[in-house]
Amino acid sequence: MALANTATTTSPDRAAGAGDRPFGPASGLSCRECGTRRDLGPDFACAECFGPLEIAYDFGRVTREQIAEGPASIWRYRSLLPVPKDVALRPNMAPGWTRLVRAGNLARELGLRSLHVKDDSGNPTHSFKDRVVAIAVEAARNFGFHTLSCSSTGNLAGAVTAAAARAGLEACVFIPADLEQAKIVMASVYGGRLVGIDGTYDDVNRFCSELIGDELGERWGFVNVNLRPYYAEGSKTLAYEIAEQLGWRIPDQIVIPVASGSQLTKIDKGFKELIALGLVEDRPYKVFGAQAEGCSPVSAAYKAGHDVIRPVKPDTIAKSLAIGNPADGPYVLDIARRTGGAVEDVTDAEVVEGIRLLARTEGIFAETAGGVTVGVLRKLVASGRIDPDAETVVLNTGDGLKTLDAVAGRARPSAVIKPSLDAFRTAIA
Amino acid sequence: MSVSVRIPTILRTYTGGSAEVNGEGETLRDVLRKLDADFPGIGARILDETGRIRRFVNVYVGDEDVRFADNLDTVTPAGVQVSIIPAVAGG
Repeated sequence: MALANTATTTSPDRAAGAGDRPFGPASGLSCRECGTRRDLGPDFACAECFGPLEIAYDFGRVTREQIAEGPASIWRYRSLLPVPKDVALRPNMAPGWTRLVRAGNLARELGLRSLHVKDDSGNPTHSFKDRVVAIAVEAARNFGFHTLSCSSTGNLAGAVTAAAARAGLEACVFIPADLEQAKIVMASVYGGRLVGIDGTYDDVNRFCSELIGDELGERWGFVNVNLRPYYAEGSKTLAYEIAEQLGWRIPDQIVIPVASGSQLTKIDKGFKELIALGLVEDRPYKVFGAQAEGCSPVSAAYKAGHDVIRPVKPDTIAKSLAIGNPADGPYVLDIARRTGGAVEDVTDAEVVEGIRLLARTEGIFAETAGGVTVGVLRKLVASGRIDPDAETVVLNTGDGLKTLDAVAGRARPSAVIKPSLDAFRTAIA
Repeated sequence: MSVSVRIPTILRTYTGGSAEVNGEGETLRDVLRKLDADFPGIGARILDETGRIRRFVNVYVGDEDVRFADNLDTVTPAGVQVSIIPAVAGG
């Protein structure tokens, strides 16, 4: 048995053989909707039903000890990813193994017994996107693509241009033209082409989907389009790391930001794989999704009891989550309902409060997406949907330095004074 | 009304490799019906068993996602471009 959504174990010999293969333990692509299988290739949509394709595996034997002997990066989990055994030796960004912060102060403030923050701002380009791009780069190499590309709300563009620079690939990335300045600078400093599109992220995404079918985009690896099945697997490493850092235990509750919904679905997949491989105890966990009110199609569907997502036009300061037509939204609904979690949203004012609360209590400066998860966590605690006695993890997926505008108006000097003790006494009186 | 229809890569097996074909119809429903008559089988790839647009397919009339307009009843003015695009995500 070797299914896309189910980890399986086979003999150690098989694991050794998998190491020689360019995609490691990956055995094919499988449609998440209708189950149709096809060979590994640069494909993302099922030819039968347009459903999303994802990686199917035939895992070998994987032990905690093997993982612990690996590098302090996502490559310690290479035997669970579609990458070759020697992936860590190739020029890449070596992302991951970010800190899991015991957030005692924030826990006390919110009335929780145990809370951790998985702080992915510590990645090389300061967001979780380095994880997914690292897997996509390997796929691009294997398929012989010369250019790495993407549609992006900002963080991904920087992760792609940086990874391409390090891997020796060309880069051409597309963003909505009105992004935060810091993200534009970060995406362009690594070289390659950065193209601003006059429109929303969904417009950019549509443009890239058309470009991929045109000769202009020939031999281009769009990390979140034709390499998406590979790319998305990178988010599983968040689940692996959280479990390993907790002492090989899955948290009781986890709050995850939702843009396309891919990250949440892959964290759930990662937890399920760890259980299937016997690496953690099989016990229930609850998955909560977090959105900003100004772009909350998944939260709206959850609250309405719907199974389908009605797309929206985004209007929120949380631009990294501003995907109005989230392709993995239906799966987020399935997972939240299956695990007994929920999907909730917060206003932009609550996003800013969430950023300031995390900074004030734990010394972690989150970007707006982190403000969304902390804001939603607070809301879920207040409404009784988060169990205050259960172990909880909340994700911060990016660095506050990228979204300074969100808090700049409320994070200023306490005073500006002459360099004298009298002036200081007056100022603090 | 005469329109042009952009065909995604995975459906070009139906159109003999063409990325763009001519279409005809007052509404998107008419255009897709004519498309299926011209290229038998392609309609079932775009619409599900209940006749609705599959959930992982995005269809645009001009620049407008038809889910924001009138879905299959969206009017297709002469000369407009209809685009059929697999849903993808990212961020």
